[in-house]
Amino acid sequence: MIRDITIGQYYAADSPIHRLDARVKIVVTLVYMVSLFTFQDFAGYAAAILFFGIVLALSKVPFSYIMRGLKPVLFILLLTGMLNLFWTPGKEIFAWGVVAVTWEGIRKMIYITLRLALLILGASIMTFTTTPNQLTAGLERLLRPLKIFRVPVHEVAMMMSIALRFIPILVEETDRIMKAQAARGADFESGNAFQRMKSMLPVLVPLFVSAIRRAGELALAMDSRCYHGGEGRTKMYPLRYRGRDIFGYLCCLVYIAALAVTVRISPF
Amino acid sequence: MSIRLENVFYIYGKGTKEETCALKKINLTIEKNEFVGIIGHTGSGKSTLLRLLNGLERATEGSVYYNGKNIYDKDFSMKTLRGKVGLVFQYPEHQLFEETVIKDVQFGPANMGMTPLETELFAFQALKDVGIGEELIDVSPFLLSGGQKRRVALAGVLAMKPEVLALDEPVAGLDPEGKENIFALLKRLQKERDLTILFVSHSMEDIAEYADRVIVMNQGEIVLDGEPHKVFRYQKELGQIGLDVPVSAKIANSLREKGFAIPGDCITVDETADAVIRWYQDRKRGAV
Ligand SMILES: Nc1ncnc2c1ncn2[C@@H]1O[C@H](COP(=O)(O)OP(=O)(O)OP(=O)(O)O)[C@@H](O)[C@H]1O
Ligand SMILES: [Mg+2]
Repeated sequence: MIRDITIGQYYAADSPIHRLDARVKIVVTLVYMVSLFTFQDFAGYAAAILFFGIVLALSKVPFSYIMRGLKPVLFILLLTGMLNLFWTPGKEIFAWGVVAVTWEGIRKMIYITLRLALLILGASIMTFTTTPNQLTAGLERLLRPLKIFRVPVHEVAMMMSIALRFIPILVEETDRIMKAQAARGADFESGNAFQRMKSMLPVLVPLFVSAIRRAGELALAMDSRCYHGGEGRTKMYPLRYRGRDIFGYLCCLVYIAALAVTVRISPF
Repeated sequence: MSIRLENVFYIYGKGTKEETCALKKINLTIEKNEFVGIIGHTGSGKSTLLRLLNGLERATEGSVYYNGKNIYDKDFSMKTLRGKVGLVFQYPEHQLFEETVIKDVQFGPANMGMTPLETELFAFQALKDVGIGEELIDVSPFLLSGGQKRRVALAGVLAMKPEVLALDEPVAGLDPEGKENIFALLKRLQKERDLTILFVSHSMEDIAEYADRVIVMNQGEIVLDGEPHKVFRYQKELGQIGLDVPVSAKIANSLREKGFAIPGDCITVDETADAVIRWYQDRKRGAV
């Protein structure tokens, strides 16, 4: 059950998208996500879906795999879809009390759900094709200018990569502790919400104890290898733009241009 | 009491890219009062096998019978089974969570639906069995030493009054004395309380010393199963799957190869020592 969590999951494969510089993927993903808010009509969505489809096909990540990322947010998708379906004023198809289904409502529902879904899918294709390490390295490089404002960019990036690294470990640990307590008859499924919360205590206490122990051990290990923050640190794999990365940016530009041409960018 | 596994398969992550077949066609019967050691290379499926015995994992295929009843039947009570087959995980001390030792030990029996009186009684008894003194019962388990924590965790399972005790590497990381204490305790439980004991170990010496029956696993399959003296005769086969025979067996074997009259079934230190002494005395007698 707990293994369904897909945040920060990496899908190992050898594809043009995987080989791209992490910075390209971060920038293009951001641009893509922003672009989703610039249009309100069919042509725009067609272009956005097409762009996503091409990237997905190139990335070799299976369709079913990427769709699994939508599962945790399915409820939110459905809810916003419903709200838009029932509460959009316009030409009514049928009405039932306060709620009314309108043509505009149907259109809006489809568009809003699509937009949300594409936002999440766009972000997950980035995490699926970029290892957490590459991601934080890319982010660190992109944010480097903020150093002028005394933002501890390296430290933040390091914290992020450690946090990401620990997710699978803690998930596994949770799984193991839950099984161990289940072997002592612990029951996590029955009872009301309060009882179930209480039944998590035998899992949470050992989990925190082990997380703190691990954190301490990691700090010691870093200390004993003379880690002293970002000052004067060089990279084992320095980020360097190659031809394909330039090409990646170009493709993104083409997408934006296509959007601008096919869609009269909405005034809002 | 008996546990029977029939054609059991277990696959992790079925249907995903990382599908691993951890157990393949396991057929196995464990009888009452046996003391079974399980050995095998890392990743051979030992821990998975143990977790099937009390229904924590469900076999992908095949059935598990407890006292002849299929544990996957709808009307079979998994909770009772968890109480009957006490499973002690590797590093069980990592599951301690209560404020005091005694409360932690009571967690299992209380979950089994025992009365508060029984719960307390069994908890005290279990702590006594594992050798945790009265001065420690109201202490926080997090203040104990590693070996003490391990015993408290073991007591937490014993207090459920199981009929079978399955332990995953129970002595990993313990000092020699702690190790001997644990095994002595297990032997005593087997003799005095009629418990059935299964334990996973990476130490051939421990298996030779304590197990009455040894199961050898390789890549999810049981490759050898029998009395330790018999199993450890397959030195070459064991070597091929990354295992070994006990050091004392090796010594006895190489002495025999060098022409000394040492019998072929020495696997423990005592047996080898006795054989050498016997050989020495025979020679002296012959010489006189
Ligand atoms: N939670 C899991 N998810 C996926 N695969 C797993 C999981 N647990 C174990 N496996 C795989 O199943 C196989 C058997 O694992 P198992 O833990 O039973 O081995 P083991 O014999 O106990 O090894 P060890 O001696 O290292 O404890 C291994 O190949 C392992 O990679
Ligand atoms: Mg194991």
